[in-house]
Amino acid sequence: MTANRVSYTLDSSLESVNMAEETAQQFATRVGFDEDNCLKIAMAVREAAVNAVLHGNAYDPQKKMTVGFEITPRALVITITDQGQGLDVNSIPDPTTPENLLKQSGRGIFLMRAFMDEVRIRVLSPGTEVTMVKNVSGSAANQKEASK
Amino acid sequence: MTMKTSTRQVNGITIVDLSGRITLGEGSAVLRDLVRDLVTKGQRKILLNLGDVTYIDSSGIGELVSAFTTVRNQGGELKLLNLTKKVHDLLQITKLYTVFDVKDDEAMAVSSFK
Repeated sequence: MTANRVSYTLDSSLESVNMAEETAQQFATRVGFDEDNCLKIAMAVREAAVNAVLHGNAYDPQKKMTVGFEITPRALVITITDQGQGLDVNSIPDPTTPENLLKQSGRGIFLMRAFMDEVRIRVLSPGTEVTMVKNVSGSAANQKEASK
Repeated sequence: MTMKTSTRQVNGITIVDLSGRITLGEGSAVLRDLVRDLVTKGQRKILLNLGDVTYIDSSGIGELVSAFTTVRNQGGELKLLNLTKKVHDLLQITKLYTVFDVKDDEAMAVSSFK
């Protein structure tokens, strides 16, 4: 794993979710994130991958999930794409409001946003593309955070 | 590492010791079936010991919430014991920390049930 940009095309299965999570952990470690941030990155990737294979592709063996990792001088950028019907971002409720707090599901994207510096969701035709960015130490975002 | 469970009784309280990962496809279904089985058998004072749980994803969080509401809807109580820092932080982020009755001492947790 020496390239700075790698992409995997995976079946819509839980094994693929686990692989994406483990690969994210490896990339995060390679970039030099501390243990806590490595875990957060891996968890965010797991949540996005679960959304892709479960909610997007619905475990359809004909549909694939693509997971891309890119290391830039400023960040680790992870892109996860499915071939499902497309996610309606506006329909996602806030899981922390009182009326949603005891719902069983709906926390995946919330956790992705909590653990990553940036989460962008783009509806394709068909499918959904989720891009997640974690800035490396010393980047503009982290300096801004440190100065608070 | 998949999730492992063992169940014991202390002063009428069912303590479930969980270890490993509570995630989609691994522990979450096990936890769901276990709690439903306990409730069906009339055991409605349940303490989930999460001390050896290494990882929970949103599916696992959802199962904890589901277990909580399942037991409560049957007139029972479900409490959490020995959260690791990771699980504690997750419950804080999701604002569920105030929903669950969280304990860090088993004896005090057992005696806290009504």
